[in-house]
Formats: sequence, C-alpha cells, structure tokens
Amino acid sequence: MDRGVVIVGAGQAGFQTALSLRNEGYAGKIALIDDEGRVPYARPPLSKAYLKGTATAESLEYRPAEFFVQQSLDLVLNDPAVEIDRGRQTVALRSGRELEWSSLVLATGAHVRRLPSLGKEPSYLRTFADSESLRSHLSGSGSLLAIGCGFIGLEAAAAARAQGKQVRVIGAEARLMGRAVSPFISAWFHALHERHGVEIQLNTAVQGVSETSAVLPDGTVETADTVVVGIGVIPNTELAAKANLAVSGGIVTDSYLRTTDPAIFAVGDCAMHPNVYAGGLTRIESVQNAADHARAVASTISGRPKEYRQVPWFWTEQFEAKLQIAGLAVEADETEVKGDPESGKFSVYSYKAGKLKFVESVNQPAAHIAARKLLEI
Amino acid sequence: MPSITYISNSGESRTVTVDSGVTIMQAAVRNGVPGIVADCGGECQCATCHVYVDPKFLGLLKPAAEDEDAMLALTASERKDNSRLACQLVLTDALEGIVVTTPPIQQ
Repeated sequence: MDRGVVIVGAGQAGFQTALSLRNEGYAGKIALIDDEGRVPYARPPLSKAYLKGTATAESLEYRPAEFFVQQSLDLVLNDPAVEIDRGRQTVALRSGRELEWSSLVLATGAHVRRLPSLGKEPSYLRTFADSESLRSHLSGSGSLLAIGCGFIGLEAAAAARAQGKQVRVIGAEARLMGRAVSPFISAWFHALHERHGVEIQLNTAVQGVSETSAVLPDGTVETADTVVVGIGVIPNTELAAKANLAVSGGIVTDSYLRTTDPAIFAVGDCAMHPNVYAGGLTRIESVQNAADHARAVASTISGRPKEYRQVPWFWTEQFEAKLQIAGLAVEADETEVKGDPESGKFSVYSYKAGKLKFVESVNQPAAHIAARKLLEI
Repeated sequence: MPSITYISNSGESRTVTVDSGVTIMQAAVRNGVPGIVADCGGECQCATCHVYVDPKFLGLLKPAAEDEDAMLALTASERKDNSRLACQLVLTDALEGIVVTTPPIQQ
C-alpha cells in the first residue's frame, strides 16, 4: 500500500516536487514540511526586487495558502523534521508528530556560512526574514558594507547603491563571482560596479563581523551603518547523515536523485548528484537545478523513472546588467567574446579542449536561450 | 479592477478580477487558475507561464521586450503569433475583459 510522499523542505525544490507530483497525476498523500512559518516563496527576489522595494511579500509566494488545501497538500509549517526512521519509513517532527511515507524527498536546502561574530550579528541573506530585516536596516542607513563578492553580496550592493547608499564590497577571492563566471565577466562587472560608485576590495578575508563593522586581516576595522555577509552556504545534511545515508559535501544521489536508500531522494541545493555537465558529482545552488530535480523525482515517484540531465543555467541582475549563464563555469583554454562589451550587450563563449563548456550573456537573452540548446548533451 | 478570463486547453474558462498592476501570471497563481506554472516567479527566465492572447486584445499589449521574445523560443507548447509570457503582461483597466488561453503543456 502506498503510504504517500513526505517532502522535507518547502523551498523551490520541495515546493516544485509537490506541485509536479500532482501535475503528474500522483493521487497519494503528500506532506510538505518546513521549519519556516511562511507559505512557500521564491528566493531570487530576496536579493533583488524585494530588497529594492519593488516586490511585495505576497508577490513572492508561489501559491496562496488555499492552493495547498485545494490540491490536498499537507503543508506543515514551523515544524522541522528531526529524525528519519528508515526501517519503519517514518519521519519525526519537532512537535512530536510522526509522518509515514513510501517515498521521502529531502529538499533541505542550505544555510548561510557565518563569520565569527564580534557583537550583534550582521545581516545575512537566505530567508524572507533575512531580506526583510536587511531591507529595514537599509532604510535607515546611509552606507552598506557587503562582505562577499559572489552573487548575493553583489546583488545586495547593487540594490543598496540604487537606493543612493554609499556601498563598499570586500571579497576574499581575487575576482568577482569567481566560482561561477569567466575572468572576462568578473572584470566587466568589476568595472560596472565601480562606474556606479561601489568601492571594491578583493583578496581580503574578513576575520570577524558585527552589525556595523568588519575586521580585516591586518586588524583594520571597517564600519558602515549596515553590514551584510554573503559568503556562501553549507548544505543541510544532518538529517540524512543521522539516518546513515551517504553524505559527502551534500546528500549523495544517483542519476535518478536517489540517495543510498532507494526510497529516499534528495533534490535541490542539498543534493550531491551526478551531473553530465560537470562530468561527475556536483552540488548546484540554482532555481533551474531545484526545479528540474523536482520534476525528475516527481516523475520517478509517479511511476515514470526519469534521469536528471538538464543544462544548468543561472542568472543575476546588478544595476542595468542582466547576466545569464548557460552551462557550468570551468577554467577555459579558449574564450570568444561576441557583441559589444562597451555597449553592455555581449556574450562570452568559453571552450575547453575545443568543446563549448559555458556561455555568459549580458543583456543578450536570445544568445542565452540559443546557448542552452547548443550546450545540450 | 480589471477582470481576466483564462481558457484551458480543454475549453474550461475561469474569470478572475484583480487590482491593476498585477500580472496575468500573478492573477492566475493567486487565484489557483491551473495551466500556469511560473517556475522562476516572474523573472522572465523559464517560459512556463506561456499563454495565447485573444487576438482582439493583442494590440492593447506592449510588444514583447527582447528578453520575453527570446524566452518564447523555449516554450514547451507551440509558439504562435499570439504567444506571450503572462509574467510580463501587467493588467490595467484598459485590458478589462482580456481573454487568454493556456497551452497544452508548460514544460
């Protein structure tokens, strides 16, 4: 007898799994569990439109609360899963409630990496509450110090600068968004931020932070009215590890996103999965990865096993530049720039051993879409 | 408070009334209208809020911007002359009574 599906985590991947199961015609019980108290919402705007004040809280919700009732989705909020019993196929929640399942989907996401705190905590940016708190801090601030030069730090910097704040970015790496983009794109965005009046300091690993300050390696203390830290995330794997599932930099899965227990899947940010574009196991933090993982697993649970093999894509918006990336960044041995970087509309094609590996498009959506198709393996 | 009618691929119709300034995608999602997925939450990144706009209303809409036009190449159902992405269509009183049809599939 089918005891239903329990999905742990109601972020993009968890929500999409529930939605896709119903779309696939799955009629069994579905429970969607989350430790936050909000109806599932989209995170990308938290560092963009919501921070700038151009999106409302309601507009972030994937679906209104009634939708979950209509679709017979048991939305369990404010009640994190604390333990999986694989033998009995149950999961225990903090409240003491116990849910049974035939398939369990771990969509546990990730939590922010923190810096040593030297007093009151600075802002971090992961949840709705984080974004709301940063937004309210910023409204009374004249200056922002963003620690971290990845997508989150730079998007927050751009949003604050657009509101007229004085903005400074301090990053530990040698170039902007170094993990995700080519050196050409790093340099172009560096110039973009400087042109807009953002001060950038690289190769500087901040040692500690407070609500309004950061300590640099040489002991210098930098201050600002608001400090936000965006230095990456750590996958939430404790639940899986406690249940003796394989965990190594994420919850390890096969190409069907099955963990080492075939009745338990992992999707989204937490899943260390075989990715044909990475040529091995990898973990990817993106909307595309979360949504496509979810669809594959929903299909498999509904009786139509589906391997995951979608082209990865990403986007970020900073000032007037919309950067779209297709494929996974690697150290390229050949790059080709098409279009006009001066005018802010161009694409960078990166090759390795003669093969196109990833394409970055700035304000050139058609080139990005073409690239997604071009890269399909 | 413009009203909008969604016709599903199988011909069922739903009419909802929303505030001006809401997109056709948001109006569908908030009112539980099926057939619109909107994976990316309205960022014009996923082409899963594809609709066919009743030709009578097409001329009242702003033409598709470059990013919408590009994304329409990725729709799961056939792109037609009246294909648009609902997340890019902001409802105003001038669009009162607009009718859109949702495609057979979105992904």
